[in-house]
Formats: sequence, structure tokens, C-alpha cells
Amino acid sequence: MKMNPLVVEQMTVAYDRQLVLEDVSFFIPKGKLVGVIGPNGAGKSTLMKAMLNFIPRMHGHVFVYGQPYEKQRHLVGYVPQRNSVDWDFPTNALDVVLMGRYGHIGLWKRPKKEDVDMAMQCLDKVGMLPYAKRQISQLSGGQQQRVFLARALAQDASIYFMDEPFVGVDAATEKAIVQLLNELKTRGKTVLVVHHDLQTVRDYFDYVLLLNKRVIAFGETESVFTYDHIQKTYGGKVTFLSSTHIVG
Amino acid sequence: MSYTMWILLTASLVGINCGLVGTFLVLRKMSMLSDAISHSVLLGIVGAYMISHHLQGVSMLVGALIVGLLTTFLVQWLHQKGVQNDAAIGVVFTCLFAIGVVLISLFADRVHLDVEHALMGEIAFVPWDVLEVGGKSIGPKAIWLLGFVLAINIFCIVFAYKELKISSFDHEMAVTLGIPVVLIHYVLMGMLSLTTVASFDSVGAILVVAMLIVPSATAYLWTDRLSVMLICSAFIGVLASMIGYTIATVFNVSISGAIAVSTGVIFFISLWIAPKYGLLRKWLKKSPA
Repeated sequence: MKMNPLVVEQMTVAYDRQLVLEDVSFFIPKGKLVGVIGPNGAGKSTLMKAMLNFIPRMHGHVFVYGQPYEKQRHLVGYVPQRNSVDWDFPTNALDVVLMGRYGHIGLWKRPKKEDVDMAMQCLDKVGMLPYAKRQISQLSGGQQQRVFLARALAQDASIYFMDEPFVGVDAATEKAIVQLLNELKTRGKTVLVVHHDLQTVRDYFDYVLLLNKRVIAFGETESVFTYDHIQKTYGGKVTFLSSTHIVG
Repeated sequence: MSYTMWILLTASLVGINCGLVGTFLVLRKMSMLSDAISHSVLLGIVGAYMISHHLQGVSMLVGALIVGLLTTFLVQWLHQKGVQNDAAIGVVFTCLFAIGVVLISLFADRVHLDVEHALMGEIAFVPWDVLEVGGKSIGPKAIWLLGFVLAINIFCIVFAYKELKISSFDHEMAVTLGIPVVLIHYVLMGMLSLTTVASFDSVGAILVVAMLIVPSATAYLWTDRLSVMLICSAFIGVLASMIGYTIATVFNVSISGAIAVSTGVIFFISLWIAPKYGLLRKWLKKSPA
């Protein structure tokens, strides 16, 4: 089981002795798109940050292809929430995407022409090539999100963690993201996406992780994304979903 | 070289050093840490004097470097222990600076160093304190010190350009890519300590903050590229030195004060007229054409 792309074992995280995540365990098979679903404050972002060691874990282990995450850093790509960086930073779209190549380029070395070419290709894939030289604060929210995705592509990781990539984006960008997720999947990549639009879960994801401090349910969307599980995750506060969006 | 030329060269070297380092401070939103380090290095200078019994370049640099990094470390440590970041900065630098002040008063009769000098600097004396090799003068000591620090700063920025850039823009991404962000942070703080102590004699602890932050904040208004911002910021530092010195000689006022005021004036003018981010441009954009 440990040879799965991602295995999380009994992970517990606390802020100021307040438990934020409790005993979270799951594993993800190769080439799956996984939605991480839960209400605000359920610990979705915390889950990603704790897996990436940004915040300390009280207990638990994270294995990437059978090895502890610390040894496999280069296999994991992270797409943070868009508002986690300062978009006024003096740099352009191409430069940001090029940052995805830094791990491959190596410390203290300069990007080569191949790296720039690859960054351009990645911008092209998300439809942002015409904006390559534009300063990043001059881009719309959706365009900024696409730049982040292009950067993730340039990183060429095996597993991706994406924190709310669909938040505040236009329809064109949403479509571009879905297309990209499917392309990553066909290339055998594993993608974990923090998501909060319940209506699109069934269309977008193969697996779901229903989270509210603990794992409420985990498994294939078809069998796990049920009315009961959703009610349990959201504490019975979900009333607007029509039956076409959920199972059973 | 004439007296005026030496002063202009000194001020320009301060401007370039501070402009380069300051750019990263502004982008990393650490402006206040420069205030902290510029004060606490005083302790480093006094400490270096206590050990080596002179105020020569290298021992001063080493002393400042140690105390500068100590400041950074203590601020980080207090912050991790749950103290607010700004409070941590406030506590650490005032304590270290105060220890420096106490020690200076203890040695006041034996050393050419006083608190006023430390705070305000005295660039007018720079040309007379020359370095001699084999009985021959090879220019003011301050120039050599600033030149040496400039070489270190340029080397670090060129060598670690992409690492400085990504860790300033997206810290978490840098961590996932295996960039040694902590090392980069300390290298930058080391550069800041060296820059501060080298600029100390000329502009003092308070005005060095102006030289670090104001030209960089001004350059930020003028450009979209980090490399251009670095050059622009250094250029504004030099420009302010020229203007400030001219004002100082015409009105017979403090040179370092006039230079710092000039940085402020350039900033406010830029705030209005900068082509992309200036206030005028923003107003013109808003009003219907």
C-alpha cells in the first residue's frame, strides 16, 4: 500500500493546543483527481500545509511513493491560494512560471533556454502566452490563477496539491483548469484539489475526501459522495443540492 | 581627488549599497527589521572595540555581523514563542542598542565614538580619516569599507538572484522546491548588517534606514522588473546623495540630513508622477477620457 503516490497515516495537527485535524488517514492511487471537500474551518488548507511541512504535525506520517515526504519533495507540486502572494511583486507572468523550473535548474544556477521554452509552452497550455511579458498585478484573478497553474505544470511534479484553484475565477478559467486537471490525469499525475463548490464535485473528481477535522468519508466519488455523508460533513446545513449532483 | 569628490563618492557608495539591500527588504515587507539592525549593530561596534581595542574596518564588520544575525535570530525566536512580530522587533533592538549605549558611556573617555555620532553620522569627516599603505595615503577608510561591502552585496545578489527572488515572492513555493529559505534570510540579514555598519560613519543609524527604504520604495513605483528595481533603487540613492550634498553646501546644513531629506523629496515626487503607479496616472485613468 505504501507504494501509492500519497499515503497519509494518522495525521493530527493542532494550533495552540486546539486540534485542527484529528487522526487523518487516507491513501490515493495513481492518476486520480481527488476533491478535498468540507465546510470553512474544516482544516482543508491545513491538511495541505501539514502534508508539506509548512505547519508542524503533532502525529502522523506522509509518504510519497513509499518514502517520507521530506525525501520526495521534488515529486510534489503545490499551487497555493491565489491571495497567498503579493501580486504587486515586480515580475511578469513568464518569470513566475519559470519559478516552477527552479527545482530542476538547481541551486545557484541560471535558467537555460530550455527552461524558458518550457515555461512558454506551459503558458500556452493555459492560454496565457499573449500575456507572458505582462506584470502580474495587471492580470485578472482568473489569469493569475492560470499563471499559477502554468507554474505547477512547469514544475513537472508527480503529485499536485491545489488549494482552492476555482475560487473567484471566470468561466473560461474554470474550463481551462478542468481541462488541465484531466490532462494531468491522463499523464498519470495524481492531483489533490481543495474545492468547495458541491455542485461540480461529481463532474470533476474521481475520488473525494470529505473532511471536517476528521475524515468523514473517503473513496470513489460514485460511492462516497452521498447525501448522508455530505450532511455529516456539513453538520446538516446543506439543503440546496439537487439529487443530480450527489449519489443516492 | 578633492574633498567634495570624496564625500560624493562616499555618499554614492552608501546609496548603492543601501539601494540594493533595501530593495529586498521592501519586497519582503521587512522594512522595520532594518531599523532594528541599524540600531543593534551599535552593540557590535562597541563589542568589537572591547575585544580589539581599536575601531578598524574588519573587526567592526565582524562585530556588526554577529550582532545583526543575533538580532535576526532573537526576533525569529521570540516570534516562534508566540510574541507578536513587531513587538519582538521592538524588544530585541532596543535592548541590544541600550546595552551598546551603556557600554559606550563606559568607554567614552578612551574611544572616538559617541551616541550622537552613532545616530547621525558625520560624513564631513570622512575624507580626513585615510587609509595608509607604506606611508602613502590610498583614500579614506570609509571608501574602502563601503567598496568591500558593495563587492559582497553584488556577489550575493548575483550568485543567489533566483533564490532571493522566489523566496521574496512566494516563500511556501520556495520551501517546496527545496530552496534553503532560512539560509537566504540570514544571508540577507548579514548583508544588511554589513551595509549598515559600513554606512554608519557617514550617515548614522537613523539615516541609514532612510537610505535603505526610501530609494527602494521609490524604485518600486517606477518599474515592473526586479532587476530594474535594483538598479533604479541604487541610482536614486546616488541621485539623492548628489542633490543632498548640493543643498548642504548651499545652505550650510547637515550633509547626511540633507541627503535623507532628498530621498524623501524624490519619493513624494515619484508618488505623483511615476508612469504606471503614480497618483496622477491613477486619477487620469479614473476620469473619463
